Amino acid sequence: MKIPYYPGCTLKTKAKDLEDSAIAAAKVLGVEMEELPQWNCCGTVYSLSTDDLIHQIGPIRNLIRAKEQGSDRLVTLCSMCYNTLKRANEFFLADEEKRDRINRYMDEEMDYAGDVTVVHLLEILRDEIGMDKVKAAVKKPLTGLKVSPYYGCMLLRPASIGIDDMERPTVMEDLLRALGAEVIDDPYKTECCGAYQTVNRKDVVVTCVHSILTSAQGNGAEVVALSCPLCDFNLDNRQKDIQQAYAGFHTMPVLYFTQLMAIAFDLDESVCRFELSSQDPRPLLKSKGLIA
Amino acid sequence: MSETFDKKALIVGGGVAGIQAALDIADGGYQVILVERTPSIGGHMVQLSEVFPTLDCPQCILTPKMVMCGQHPNIDIKAYCEVESVTGEVGNFTVRIRHKATYVDWDACTGCGQCEQKCPTKAPSEFNRELAFGPRKAIYSPFAQAVPNKRVIDADHCLKLTKDKCGICAKVCPTQAIRYDQKDWIEEIKVGAIIVATGYELYKKENLTEYASDPDVIDGLEFERILCPSGPTAGVIKRPSDGKEPLDVVFVQCAGSRDPDKHLPYCSRVCCMYCCKMAMLYKHAVPDGQAYIFYIDVRTDGKMYEEFYQRGVEEDRIVYLRGKVSKIFREGDKIIVFGMDTLTGKRVEVAADLVVLAMAMIPNPAGEKVKKILNLETDTFGFITEAHAKLHPVETGIDGVFVAGTAQAPKDIPETVAQAGGAASKVLSLFSGVEKGGKAALKEMAG
Repeated sequence: MKIPYYPGCTLKTKAKDLEDSAIAAAKVLGVEMEELPQWNCCGTVYSLSTDDLIHQIGPIRNLIRAKEQGSDRLVTLCSMCYNTLKRANEFFLADEEKRDRINRYMDEEMDYAGDVTVVHLLEILRDEIGMDKVKAAVKKPLTGLKVSPYYGCMLLRPASIGIDDMERPTVMEDLLRALGAEVIDDPYKTECCGAYQTVNRKDVVVTCVHSILTSAQGNGAEVVALSCPLCDFNLDNRQKDIQQAYAGFHTMPVLYFTQLMAIAFDLDESVCRFELSSQDPRPLLKSKGLIA
Repeated sequence: MSETFDKKALIVGGGVAGIQAALDIADGGYQVILVERTPSIGGHMVQLSEVFPTLDCPQCILTPKMVMCGQHPNIDIKAYCEVESVTGEVGNFTVRIRHKATYVDWDACTGCGQCEQKCPTKAPSEFNRELAFGPRKAIYSPFAQAVPNKRVIDADHCLKLTKDKCGICAKVCPTQAIRYDQKDWIEEIKVGAIIVATGYELYKKENLTEYASDPDVIDGLEFERILCPSGPTAGVIKRPSDGKEPLDVVFVQCAGSRDPDKHLPYCSRVCCMYCCKMAMLYKHAVPDGQAYIFYIDVRTDGKMYEEFYQRGVEEDRIVYLRGKVSKIFREGDKIIVFGMDTLTGKRVEVAADLVVLAMAMIPNPAGEKVKKILNLETDTFGFITEAHAKLHPVETGIDGVFVAGTAQAPKDIPETVAQAGGAASKVLSLFSGVEKGGKAALKEMAG
């Protein structure tokens, strides 16, 4: 299956580990993610202003790029990109008058009808590949690795675009079980990571992430799995700050679900780009015999 | 319209609405057939601990009415029965009633209960809301004051019926009433009018996925059983997981109600009052405990209700927090409740021992079949639509079929009893109108 893929800015910089591991792992399952030849910013944060059409132009242009590839679907990896692209399309579909205005404004583009469906890789794994096939592709099961999934908000909210039950999602749990890992439930898995407060209110993020990680650890987790680069930055990099704020805090590695897929599929370790992690996962993975 | 008119009423559902309507019609001199799905009449009311705003116990105020029903010469209680089909029209309904196999000959059963004492098999008790502390036996009567006072065998759990072993109940029964080979049987009756009083159930806790499935997160009816002095814990307040006395109890109002986005948009109308009542009863049983109630707003719209609420706040020191609860989960020994106090604008976290969810009232799913058989119009949620919201509150769209109680909409006990009386009086005026004025009068009434 070939599907146009929208990376977004972070996947080309800080979240290269997400991109490389995702593309390699998806390939094992027969999903060829083909990067759009041209793409621009997703809009980063979905605009909630009612009369703010200009903010919808960026994401809509990306959907037009997918259309130009002859596809009516576009796959994303970053939760933020998924959210803004999907919601922009929803906004665009909901109001004919606004749709018309946006189309007329972008007179250099082909007219867009709102017919590109934005999907997240997790949805493809669940709904099209199926967890049984994922399980069949596992060469090195993550046996004994205690993983706590963390969803954050962007994959689940608002409910109209969420990929799963926003209060009690299970898609990552099902995936991790298929990979052979021991899933640890963390009631904080849908709580806020602090998001962009990380820029000027680090203390807020430190408080949020401290609750998330200590709860996961309290339930026995050794590693957290997630899908969002911003969550990853907060959960992984901010652990240094948590250590300063909370004496006795123990750090723990944080991985993208795609990195765990790559390990379980026994792909070359280089696709996981472990060097980009702030909390090095390699000692733990080595101790479990999952990497050399 | 045919020549005869059966001046006999069928009431479907033996809760407080059905009981009241049956008594009113029977006292008016007409025959009543009261069909109840479970082994005893009494409904949800008899499960309650004490009722607002007077704090009298349903065992004291409802069981006398149940006994009157049982002894009334004009009332024929058909318990453990279900309506199979209805044909005909006002004055001439033909109703087929399924008598579910009880495996006990009720003519011979004296209700002595020796079988129940000796029965070796335990099963979750529906009457105790399947709580861990209150199992029943495989041969049972749902509660001590059951009317009729007869036993039934639960075919899913009975060793004789599932594995052809045991047979103890047949050995100990002094009147040889046990019939392992009994089958369902159908009875056909003729009635002139029908009252549908199929009642309510609670919206399932599992629908609220933000609240953990945990033995210590219970619904209102489960806590009623724990609070009930004659309940499975004999009125000692224990939490289901470990039997410990809970010292911090959180009540969550509007759990599923008033939530048009995700759940049910309507107000269930009794939760404000029963949460206050349960918190009060809890405080009376555990004076050093603390009760917290999360609410959207407190609706005390009945006689003496506001005074009752004030008493809860002032005398029993219930902590009222205005805000919704976003998440409930277990952390070790505690149940953590994330909420909001919108009056101070602050987030609230309570580490509770027990959480009680005031789940929304929904129409009893067991009543669906009757509504279909009778072709009754319902609203989106399944509540029976009355003929006119203001001027025909107990009539349905079908002549001779009336509605009473929570089958029509969420309501409390006083309103249910009043509506049941209203439905009964409609039946009585129909019957006596025919008796006094003949068919002509009926035609006039029917318009």
